[in-house]
Amino acid sequence: MAVIKTNNEIIWKRRTTKKQLAIWLAWLVGISIVLFAWSIISERTVWFFVQDAPRQAADIGGRMVPPKWSYISKLITPVWDTINIATLGTVIAMIIAVPVAFCAARNTTPHSTVRVVALFIIVSSRSVNSLIWALMLVFILGPGVLAGTIAIGLRSIGFCAKLIYESIEEIDENQVEAIKATGASNLQRMTYGILPQVLPTIAGVGIYRWDINIRESTILGLVGAGGIGLQLSASINTLAWTQVSTILLVILVTVFISEWVSAKVRGAII
Amino acid sequence: MGKPENISTYPEIWNKPPFITNSTLRWGIIVGAVIYLIAALASMDINPQRIVEGIPRGQRFIASFFPPNFADNRGVVWDGILESIWMAIISTVVGIALSVPIGLGAARNLAPFWVYITCRSIIAGSRTFPEIILAIFAVKLFGFGPFAGFIALSLGTIGFFAKLLAEDIENSSEAQAEAVKTTGANWFQWINYSIQPQVMPRMIGLSVYRLDINFRESAVVGIVGGGGIGATLNTAFSRYEFDTAAAILVVIIVIVMVLEYASSFLRKWVQ
Amino acid sequence: MLKLENLTKRYNTGDLALQGVDLEIPDGQVLALIGPSGAGKSTLIRCVNRLVEPTDGSATLNDENLTKLSSRALRRARRRMGMIFQEYALVERLTVMENVLSGRLGYVGFWRSYFRKFPKDDVREAFRLLDRVGLLEMADKRADELSGGQRQRVGICRALIQNPDLLLVDEPTASLDPKTSRQIMRLINELCAERGLTAIINIHDVLLAQMFSQRIVGLALGKIVYDGSPEGLTPEVLTQIYGEEDWSATIEKVDDEDEDD
Repeated sequence: MAVIKTNNEIIWKRRTTKKQLAIWLAWLVGISIVLFAWSIISERTVWFFVQDAPRQAADIGGRMVPPKWSYISKLITPVWDTINIATLGTVIAMIIAVPVAFCAARNTTPHSTVRVVALFIIVSSRSVNSLIWALMLVFILGPGVLAGTIAIGLRSIGFCAKLIYESIEEIDENQVEAIKATGASNLQRMTYGILPQVLPTIAGVGIYRWDINIRESTILGLVGAGGIGLQLSASINTLAWTQVSTILLVILVTVFISEWVSAKVRGAII
Repeated sequence: MGKPENISTYPEIWNKPPFITNSTLRWGIIVGAVIYLIAALASMDINPQRIVEGIPRGQRFIASFFPPNFADNRGVVWDGILESIWMAIISTVVGIALSVPIGLGAARNLAPFWVYITCRSIIAGSRTFPEIILAIFAVKLFGFGPFAGFIALSLGTIGFFAKLLAEDIENSSEAQAEAVKTTGANWFQWINYSIQPQVMPRMIGLSVYRLDINFRESAVVGIVGGGGIGATLNTAFSRYEFDTAAAILVVIIVIVMVLEYASSFLRKWVQ
Repeated sequence: MLKLENLTKRYNTGDLALQGVDLEIPDGQVLALIGPSGAGKSTLIRCVNRLVEPTDGSATLNDENLTKLSSRALRRARRRMGMIFQEYALVERLTVMENVLSGRLGYVGFWRSYFRKFPKDDVREAFRLLDRVGLLEMADKRADELSGGQRQRVGICRALIQNPDLLLVDEPTASLDPKTSRQIMRLINELCAERGLTAIINIHDVLLAQMFSQRIVGLALGKIVYDGSPEGLTPEVLTQIYGEEDWSATIEKVDDEDEDD
């Protein structure tokens, strides 16, 4: 904000000239980066295909209807696997994420070196997508549901631990101090002073991540890690478009149901 | 110190009241959960023999990651990383640009019913399908390369950003919105003066966060042909050049760390 | 008997919160510690149970030097010092009963406390204390469902179930309305009398301090500037503790003792 007084006038401007210039400069830099990025992308694009895309879309769309309803009976096991991958993966992740979060939180970490290690675990788990985890685990464990479950688990550790440790750092220290003053041991301080404060967050994060994992586990089959993605990639590769649309609808329904369930559970807990 | 004559009148046992008061429901949930876990684990088809056989293979596999090899394919890796960054930037910008009208339309307190329903369905559709599935179709339609990845990530951004924007607008202060409306402002002025200042700081933070997500996702859309570092990573895996793959993963982790630091810095600066 | 000798605390920021405090409190005495905010009242009582580590000097409770204790022995010593907090400091998501029983944590092993299986005597004592402060029916309520006065009563129970020799009370009335403040102060006083407890009560309300304690210590900038009877708090003394102000209104009311309940 700036008020400029000249002779007999007072001019009000939202920003000072200097600030306005800085903002313009930021816009200029931003727009140039975007334009440059666009030029690189468009250089590597075959525009013929892009122009052809609407026709292609109409063609594929046409081939997708009507969905092949009879195929649903073959999808029951893959959906069951998909849900198991998400659920067990979340359970594994939470079992590991809670202690990692306690090590990563500034106020509960046993040592600053431990904290650095914990933070590193969190970042590396978060940075690597579950599909990449799955890709590597399929090499080690062979294709199957197990690889998918562990991949989901590994990916979720960082996500859950990050949200949990942030909430640990935000607890009310007075309550912990009061427990400390009774002569409680460190473990007791943890279970009486800290855990009750973060338990709602832990439960909420677990459910939230489960909901995300249902979505993520639908694609792990692409690299052979089990679940409905296996059927999806097979159907796409064989150009069985009516099966593809059936699978997409099944995924849609599964995701909607999981969203509904997680909203209900969250409402009941918190 | 207690009064002895009172001792017998107070209970000696106290149990914490259970979280779920209805005992049938409580036991039902516990038993159901146990049955589900057993069934799920049984259908995992865990073959101990295969796992034991897998251990040395796993060790060899992990060992082949070290030391990460930054040298051999430096040009290709660098090129892939840059392509991913450009993809992430463009798809974040385009995705957000598309999200703003959709987010406004999906806010209950701003939009008429039919607009609300349309925008909410767009959001739901884009949220349901992971970026990878979007990318598979984008590759089918637009051919291999970063353009397909860009389309997939932009669509993914809409589901994320428009939803949060709509929720934020719905939670914004009614009083401020009303106050500006009573001045006789038109619709755009009204949005600009009452809604925008309330939701802007959080949206800036979220856009950096989304840039971070898009970068990470760009590492996987490549696996299905959507360009970026994912394509390089996939090639490294299929050629069994695991040390190069390790190098790529390290670079991804470092960039994500930098982005995270930048976003926390920016969020502090904006608020 | 609690004895403080040359108790000094310098925070990392360089602030000298306590400058060589010497104080002796005989058994069964209730002492009010008054002084402006930032005078070091809170730091002083926290240096006794070492929630804050004193930089220098010593605190001795019944011939045991608290400042020299190892962490295990310190936990033992803390069991004998009950503490009551300004903002109640109850664990809000636990029930009233769990909060009271948490006062026994120093006596109970980890797993027993984890599964809430406290000894029968502790449970009975907890019920008795809750009855004593009038909250028997609230035992299964969650702490965040209670009013301010009720929470502070639970805080008192938590301190007393420790069966302490010494009560450290940190601004017990700071977040309560005037009537509840008096009730809480009266309750603390009665309980101290019943059990013959020694107590240090930090309080910034001079009137309440005068009403409820036998001895008043005035703290200013980390130093004791007054130590004597409630009657001895003249305007000059108050000026010395708090700085220049018209104290007539505060002093006058001392005579008309307490009334309401």
